[in-house]
Amino acid sequence: MSSAQTLRQWLTSDVPTSRRQAKLAALYQAWLAFRGNLMAMIGLAILLLLVFTATFAPWLAPHDPLAQDLAARLQPPLTEGYFLGSDSLGRDILSRLIYGSRITLYIVAMVTLLAPVVGLFVGTIAGYVGGWTDAILMRLTDIFLAFPRLVLALAFVAALGAGIENAVLAISLTAWPPYARMARAETLTIRNSDYIHAIRLQGAGAMRIITKHIWPLCISSLVVRVTLDMAGIILAAAGLGFLGLGAQPPSPEWGAMISEGRKFILDHWWVATMPGLAIFTVSLAFNLLGDGLRDVLDPKDGSQ
Amino acid sequence: MNGIDLQDLNVWFGDYEERVDAVKSATFSVPEGGSFGLVGESGSGKSTILRAITGLASDWSGRMDVLGKPLGKTRDRQFYRQVQMVFQDPYASLHPRHSVDAVLSETLQLHGFSDVDARISKLLDDVGLGSTFRFRYPHQLSGGQRQRVAIARSLAAEPAILLLDEPTSALDVSVQAEILNLLTDLRAERNLTYLMVSHDLAVVGHICDHIAVMQHGEIVETLSVEDMRARKVKNAYTEHLLASI
Repeated sequence: MSSAQTLRQWLTSDVPTSRRQAKLAALYQAWLAFRGNLMAMIGLAILLLLVFTATFAPWLAPHDPLAQDLAARLQPPLTEGYFLGSDSLGRDILSRLIYGSRITLYIVAMVTLLAPVVGLFVGTIAGYVGGWTDAILMRLTDIFLAFPRLVLALAFVAALGAGIENAVLAISLTAWPPYARMARAETLTIRNSDYIHAIRLQGAGAMRIITKHIWPLCISSLVVRVTLDMAGIILAAAGLGFLGLGAQPPSPEWGAMISEGRKFILDHWWVATMPGLAIFTVSLAFNLLGDGLRDVLDPKDGSQ
Repeated sequence: MNGIDLQDLNVWFGDYEERVDAVKSATFSVPEGGSFGLVGESGSGKSTILRAITGLASDWSGRMDVLGKPLGKTRDRQFYRQVQMVFQDPYASLHPRHSVDAVLSETLQLHGFSDVDARISKLLDDVGLGSTFRFRYPHQLSGGQRQRVAIARSLAAEPAILLLDEPTSALDVSVQAEILNLLTDLRAERNLTYLMVSHDLAVVGHICDHIAVMQHGEIVETLSVEDMRARKVKNAYTEHLLASI
């Protein structure tokens, strides 16, 4: 396995000889399918760039994102030293965007860890167990679904105090019900299939069936849905930031930056536009990635 | 001792107005080591009997004895070590994301075997699949190969009784013959008791020594395969069924 050619042969072999090879080969096939989708690759590239930027922010940013320089306030883009201009307190917008990517990634990571996991648990248990459990869990889901998202998030943040953690909690709290619904719907189609009957006939319990047999089939469509929703989640976080209930100044959160730029939007367009473009780019990247993942992961496709 | 003894078995789905009686007072017995076929058109309740025995259909009344023990409302692991089932459609009975190895090793672990690796190789050899198939996923297998995997899974627990739910109806004719021969060989090697459901009298004639003919949830006639071949039948529906082949 020294050269790339033999590695590829090893990965595309029709007769895998070990568990690891079979798994890697399946992943490699998915990667090949994904790689063929140009738009998804663009999305992935943008997101990798985002991760790179967030990781190496201190080395990439030309200025301290919080350092104020009132002499150099509201400089237009392409000014010497201020590539994307500066804001009303003379802070470099580029540096703030670079540091803000960390906050965006933090929001994305936290919501991804909370909402889909809760949704998956609730949905698959409701779908598989059925009966009263199903009725109770699903009515609970309906209640959460009936709340307007941003308003519930507002109330939540108002009760617990403004801040990025509470904003994330509030968004997750309103984001899980659709995932629960979806996971339940998938579970209902899966639970009466022969392969679930077959494992029941081996004496497997409900917990094993849900986690080992139903989850793997729900997760792919959930991943697709989460990536497609991620744009909305970033926008919701930005919206909360814009309303002053998310990240608090001087934190360089992109939504909060737009909010600050609002006051100068007519004379100094770049202050609000640059973070807006950043939000737009990342949201678009998530949408492109989600679309590509759907092509690769959709279990109804059958090939995977 | 009989392998399977059913007395006055009723199985239904739904309650009150929606109640559908799928099986009505079915009575038959399969001797240990015997091979019994249930035939009838689709919807006649033959698969439902298998589902009632395995516990997949939970609404039933009457008496079911398996290897001399009466069955209750639930089945324990001990039961599943004695009775296993092969499903009709091999395209639906294997988990699309689990490799052959994953399917068999999970099954073996559930039944408490420790020498999993050796047993998987043995099982794959027994069903005529080499170890080259061990790490493949279902989509990399043909229908016949999938059904062999499903048979290997049902044999993993070393059961005494195998319930076969139209195990060949989803396969090509040439592959059907292979699977039927495999089932015949396995039965001879392991002294298995078969209860097989089919709408194909030729298939049943190949595998079974006794058959029961079902219509509208009722067993209308029980006869031996010799009688079936000789057309020594009493019931008009059986006559009609035999005339159609």
